[in-house]
Amino acid sequence: MNVLEINELNVSFATEEGVVHALKDVSFTVPERRVVGVVGESGCGKSTLINAILGLLAKNGRIDGGTILFEAGSDLTRLGPAEMRALRGVRISTVFQDPMGALNPVISVGRQMANVQYRSGRSQAEKMALAAAMLRQVRIPDATAALGRYPHEFSGGMKQRIAIAMALMMEPALLIADEPTTALDATLEVATIELLRELQEKIGCSVLFISHHLGVIAELCDDVVVMYAGEVVERGTTRQVFNDPRHPYTQRLLECDPARQAQRVRRLPTIAGEIPDLRCRPAGCIFAPRCFRRFDACAKAPPEQDIGGGHVARCFLAEQPETAKERT
Amino acid sequence: MLDYAVKRLGLAVVIVSVAMLLLFSMIYLIPGDPASVALGPRATEAMKAALRERMGLDQPIWVQFWNFYSRAWMGDLGTEVLSERPVLTVVGEQLPYTLALVAGGITWSVALGIPLGCWAAVRRGSWIDRVVGVLSVAVIAVPSFVVAIYALLIFAVALQWLPAIGAGKPGDLGDQLVHLILPSLAVGLGWVGYIARIVRASMLEVLEASHIRTAYAFGLPDRLIIYRYALSIAILPTVTLLGIGVGQMLSSAVFAEIVFSRPGIGKLVYDAILTRNFPVVSGAVLVTTAFFVLLNLLADLIVGALDPRVRSSF
Ligand SMILES: Nc1ncnc2c1ncn2[C@@H]1O[C@H](COP(=O)(O)OP(=O)(O)OP(=O)(O)O)[C@@H](O)[C@H]1O
Ligand SMILES: [Mg+2]
Repeated sequence: MNVLEINELNVSFATEEGVVHALKDVSFTVPERRVVGVVGESGCGKSTLINAILGLLAKNGRIDGGTILFEAGSDLTRLGPAEMRALRGVRISTVFQDPMGALNPVISVGRQMANVQYRSGRSQAEKMALAAAMLRQVRIPDATAALGRYPHEFSGGMKQRIAIAMALMMEPALLIADEPTTALDATLEVATIELLRELQEKIGCSVLFISHHLGVIAELCDDVVVMYAGEVVERGTTRQVFNDPRHPYTQRLLECDPARQAQRVRRLPTIAGEIPDLRCRPAGCIFAPRCFRRFDACAKAPPEQDIGGGHVARCFLAEQPETAKERT
Repeated sequence: MLDYAVKRLGLAVVIVSVAMLLLFSMIYLIPGDPASVALGPRATEAMKAALRERMGLDQPIWVQFWNFYSRAWMGDLGTEVLSERPVLTVVGEQLPYTLALVAGGITWSVALGIPLGCWAAVRRGSWIDRVVGVLSVAVIAVPSFVVAIYALLIFAVALQWLPAIGAGKPGDLGDQLVHLILPSLAVGLGWVGYIARIVRASMLEVLEASHIRTAYAFGLPDRLIIYRYALSIAILPTVTLLGIGVGQMLSSAVFAEIVFSRPGIGKLVYDAILTRNFPVVSGAVLVTTAFFVLLNLLADLIVGALDPRVRSSF
């Protein structure tokens, strides 16, 4: 069963300079108990995707079409604000990138964790007990005392673990993590990833994991969705996408894969050219202007090509893996 | 915390000392012999000499300053020229009226300014926001004595809802509060505007913060997010601003006390200047300065109490 099923999702923002088409025909699924990674350059629409799922798009943003089916039932694009709020923090939880700013600076950690349980019907003491138990699970030392402390009294890594504890406390069906480790140093990053994986298995939730970092995606995720300029250009299992990339964009990304290179690259590699202007998307393939394999057919938008086993790429040449000659 | 408080207290002492030096030199620099100025043209030479001796004017200047300085810290601000009552007593009698006026001004500015600024920020771009924007500039621009006169004309004279003059019957708290409404509005109205503006600006900033996004992502109710998660941070600059605001309200109080014929420090200083009662002038100014410095200290401590980040950096 799928926890999340996104079909042909389109999102745009109205700005003074015109309409920004931030997401175009995005489709993918997050199956039960799986960790799905979303990877792509800055500005490709990763945060927009999350906000659309959470119903927290900016005021100038709107969903132009498509469905977001959650737990095989409700279409999140059709729910009202109150129904969305009922899901957030209970069935869908989120961990954001910035561990320094993600917690409220003037409210104690225990209070914040108790506030998240405001719909649980538990007593204050029970809420605090659960919060402390959760902090212990993410290995915050002296959990009971930590409840009375304020965020600035913890290190960056600890704050991120507290944020994870807060997100998983209500045992959601889906955890969304928007670059949760980008602000941490490499050792902390590994520890945080391991912790996420451990808790995910324990709780049995699914994870939608957003990252710039290919190494982290490869390590943590079961499936991968590669996004480019608001479109899903390739998706499949991590093994399929990393070992046998079929879209030229994915291929360029993986050329600088940290696993294949001596030094670890934290950011995605730069590819010649720029992301197209999302206000007037080119009629054909979105990646064509930067693609070295483009040919006449690319003037028309390619459909998603099924390579088999759930591996899909939006490229006319997806059936033909690139040759070594072409690459040079 | 203790370290910080001691440091701030030391600074307060320095500020008050500088104020004393300025006051002292002001009196010293006033042209003419202070004794004859104070006693007027009909005073005899013997009376002037006696006053000079009593005021210590026959001694070297630095001795005079030291006497003034050391006595002031002991609470001895000299005596009134004619009645010879201690200045501290005279000022002390009037101080509560002015404090009540300033407290009333703060109450108005906080009770109106914080909600208005908060609503304007939450409904950014709506008509409420625009009205608050225009009104806040308007009330900042209007001098407080104009507010005082119009408030008096409209609510006391034309509508007769509120009393026009005086501070109310002694001992009758309700009557005194009723008499406080208009003058304190005159003192605080401009600050309603300042506070509405600063709360709006800092609220807009806080609402953009990532922890507010987190709070929404956890499905917390809007009211909890706005009032507990955002406003409690957005009001912090207000407290510091009010510490400074007290100084300006103290000077607005002079006008309000004159317009509404209320007793108070402003009225006292005004009358003392007219009668050249300099010990009272300098005593009143000194007490007000000390009071102002003390309130700023208090404002910092309140910020500390409200903001755990500041608290632990003490
Ligand atoms: N409120 C908005 N109004 C107008 N344009 C927006 C708005 N929010 C996002 N966009 C645009 O939508 C596109 C996608 O932005 P988004 O923040 O989703 O990218 P991202 O993949 O999360 O980038 P990053 O890795 O930098 O976080 C960008 O071109 C951005 O400029
Ligand atoms: Mg983003």
